[in-house]
Amino acid sequence: MWQMFVRWFHKWSSPKWFYEMSRPWSFWLGWAAVLLIATALVWGLAFSPVERVQGNSYRIIFLHVPAAFLAQAIYMTIAIAGAVGLVWRIKLAFYAAKQCVPIGTSMALLALITGAIWGKPTWGAWWVWDARLTSMLILLLLYLGLWALQNAMERQESGDRAAAILALVGVVNIPIIKFSVNWWNTLHQPATLKISSAAPMHVSMLIPLLMSILGFYLAFGAWMLIRTRLEILDREKKAKWAQEEIKRLEAN
Amino acid sequence: MNPKRKQRLILILLGVAGVSIAVLLVLFALRQNVNYFFTPSEIAAGNAPQSQVIRAGGMVREGSVKRSDGSLEVRFQVTDFASDVDVMFEGILPDLFQEGEGVVVIGKLDENKLFTADTVLAKHDETYMPPEVTHALEQAGHPDTMNK
Repeated sequence: MWQMFVRWFHKWSSPKWFYEMSRPWSFWLGWAAVLLIATALVWGLAFSPVERVQGNSYRIIFLHVPAAFLAQAIYMTIAIAGAVGLVWRIKLAFYAAKQCVPIGTSMALLALITGAIWGKPTWGAWWVWDARLTSMLILLLLYLGLWALQNAMERQESGDRAAAILALVGVVNIPIIKFSVNWWNTLHQPATLKISSAAPMHVSMLIPLLMSILGFYLAFGAWMLIRTRLEILDREKKAKWAQEEIKRLEAN
Repeated sequence: MNPKRKQRLILILLGVAGVSIAVLLVLFALRQNVNYFFTPSEIAAGNAPQSQVIRAGGMVREGSVKRSDGSLEVRFQVTDFASDVDVMFEGILPDLFQEGEGVVVIGKLDENKLFTADTVLAKHDETYMPPEVTHALEQAGHPDTMNK
């Protein structure tokens, strides 16, 4: 079992293997994501009923919650890829980590912007300095720090390692975001979706929300594979197979 | 696992654990500052400073909202079901402001424990229900709707 896992791990850590296998994966994941997100948004925005207190303004949840989930999940992906890269010195882990950063940044930004748009009509404020909002802003700043650090070094390998260390230090922020609404008094409401209990949300709203979250995860998978493929071609351009592939792409 | 990799892995795990402990200690020391608002019980116990801008949060007590004729002045009580705070506010309340719903008020506490707010923020909970369902549950006397 362990042997099989190690063999699988080694196979996937080869940039060439990854480049070939990720082509069909990104295609199918991408289309499944488009389908899921489109269905979820049409359902959620047009067919779900209004909310008893918030009326129509709650509907931004179908973008806000998936974006916020993804911003945190992508950060953990970057940190784990960084750790794998640092310990096992696997180049591919650094390539993937680097290409996850712009995706995570855009998700954190989307979560903050949709949150502000939601906050104004419900709370009466675009922004408050409560623990949830502040820790989410710190996540965005961490992403920007990773982005800067990866591009700040003369040698790309040094940038990769420095960013991986920053990513690991910043992991402490993730449980703080998650539990901020339970540990402290915040204006932001506690979590609706919990593993431990049923969501206090009507099924006509819950199903499109879950679909949207799944769709966002798949879209991240597809987007990350596509970006990592380009990163592989760029960084492996001295390898013979990569040069042939670049020539083939240029010919098309 | 080769010893060099094992060493690097242990170093990373120790580093992450160390940073986490440090941050958690800082947050524990600052826990009152991280709270966004004081609860009515904390204010009743005298934990909130007077005549400086603070935030107080809780539920708007049912039947406590009194509007005055000819001005925008409104008085209500914020409660956590253990203590109450009297609040005075002059201005336009947010759409979600309702008796029995959550609220955060920003303003100053005077020596008579009257809270003069210059901002009122509505706080909503994590429940999302269509109005008909809530109405049906109330009709049936469902326990979830009884304490609202």
